[in-house]
Amino acid sequence: MKLRDLFLLPVGLWFVVFVLLPLIIVGVVSFATRGTYGGVEWSWTMANYVRAFSPTYLGIFAESFKLALVTTGFCLVLGVLVSWAMATSSTRLRQLYLMAIVLPFLTNLVIRIYAIRLFVGAEGPLQAGLTFLGIPFDAFALTQNKWLVLYGMITTYLPFMVLPLYGAFEKFDFSLVEAAQDLGADVWKILFTVILPNLKKALWAGSLLVFIPSLGEYVIPDLLGGAKNMLYGNLITEQFLKARDWPFGAALSVLMMVLLLVLALVFRMWEARRARN
Amino acid sequence: MPAIERSRPQAPPLAKIVLWVTLLLLHTPILVMILGALIEKTPDSWNWTLRWFAEVVNDQALMDALKNSVFVGVIASLLSTVIGTSAAVGLYRSAGGWRWAVEGLSVVSLVFPEIVFALSLLSLFFILQFELGLTTVVIAHVSFSISYVMMTVGARLATLDRSLEDAARDLGATEWQTYRSVVLPLLVPSIIGGGALSFLLSFDDFLITYFVNGVGQDTLPVKLYTAMKLGVSPKLNALSSLMFVMTLLALIFFFRSSAFRVFFEARGKHESKSEKENP
Repeated sequence: MKLRDLFLLPVGLWFVVFVLLPLIIVGVVSFATRGTYGGVEWSWTMANYVRAFSPTYLGIFAESFKLALVTTGFCLVLGVLVSWAMATSSTRLRQLYLMAIVLPFLTNLVIRIYAIRLFVGAEGPLQAGLTFLGIPFDAFALTQNKWLVLYGMITTYLPFMVLPLYGAFEKFDFSLVEAAQDLGADVWKILFTVILPNLKKALWAGSLLVFIPSLGEYVIPDLLGGAKNMLYGNLITEQFLKARDWPFGAALSVLMMVLLLVLALVFRMWEARRARN
Repeated sequence: MPAIERSRPQAPPLAKIVLWVTLLLLHTPILVMILGALIEKTPDSWNWTLRWFAEVVNDQALMDALKNSVFVGVIASLLSTVIGTSAAVGLYRSAGGWRWAVEGLSVVSLVFPEIVFALSLLSLFFILQFELGLTTVVIAHVSFSISYVMMTVGARLATLDRSLEDAARDLGATEWQTYRSVVLPLLVPSIIGGGALSFLLSFDDFLITYFVNGVGQDTLPVKLYTAMKLGVSPKLNALSSLMFVMTLLALIFFFRSSAFRVFFEARGKHESKSEKENP
């Protein structure tokens, strides 16, 4: 054994025991049965998967899928415009903008959500402002709803879109834009025919980076959505922490992993095909 | 502003407006939170005060949570720095062998949704009958930080001048001596950067900690989450503001070590092969 392999030993052991093994266990548990008082009984069944495909749970999945897609869409549009504006400002401003985008992201998620709740909550600036303007509102509906969840999702995942796009803009050859301008193209034509085709890879990378964590998000819907907004991540968490139905929770997470794996593979194949051309 | 480069035609005004509105939306709630922590409302006036910060510092439960957070952060970042650095050096210019397995698992630990990561670890601890507590939290944090350290240190290794090692070898150094006295000293800044990054990751983690911590052994974010379920209060504003300032300081530190870039590159790694670290 070479010295180099010895260096890899700790990480190999750690990953096998605390990353690979847990995933295998989840796979195995998903075929087990829930014990009478929670816990796991080792009699094998497909029932968890059958149950996962029942209309109730498919509905929750569809809801989460929709939220993840909408989040990704918003982040895509905002991300393109934001990183475009960033990349074309002065060198010093670029640094500042970058920091301003990254700072909230590195701030603890729970703190950011706390701040949002403070902002929209009772006696918060938003409600005070609405009262001042004489606009009627339902104080409770304002603090917990789908739009708030969407706002939380977008502000949380936007940096994952902006940073790859900004990186691509930094490498982008802006003389192409000048050439298009000289030929009389307007700004939006330039965006769609000159800039975006050159950013394809970053657009895909950013979209996946937003979509994957969005699909399993738990904290944001939990704290901003109220009890009405059951999403896939909340469903899985409930199975593990409240209902104590681990096998069903495990089956749900296996399904999510399979879906994400398929997405990643499709992306890989698309990339490989692009590389060949 | 004279510094605008001529080679970059301006983005349309709409893009600039969107940028500013976005920044406003990102930052306003946090600013409001900090203001809320500094103001005391009496029925007829608003006064500046540090009272809420004093209440946080005097709250034994919060201080215990802080202690837990720091303890877990220090141990987890030390462990993941050692393991991650060792891994990066092991992968350095090696081909084949274990390489694909270690890299594959590191990508898995980076891109899997947090929630899957959390519940799979919970299942493992359950099957192995580990008692949940700070130890299991440390294990979980190390598991998700190693890859970031590997990326930070690996990025530095990729830029090393090979002739330095060749020179050491020519002068008769053994492989170990070469690592010990040539490679390692050159890596120190990136090792510190990786360690700081994993401390921040650990200090900020909520979801995974929430799954694997023991009863009564909350870290600060878990404590905040539980308290927040009951509502907002000036004291919680003060606590959050303190945590925010810590993050801000860490961020300034990162901008110098550029470890933060590695964070995003690492997460995007399986989509786009990571580029060289920007100095």
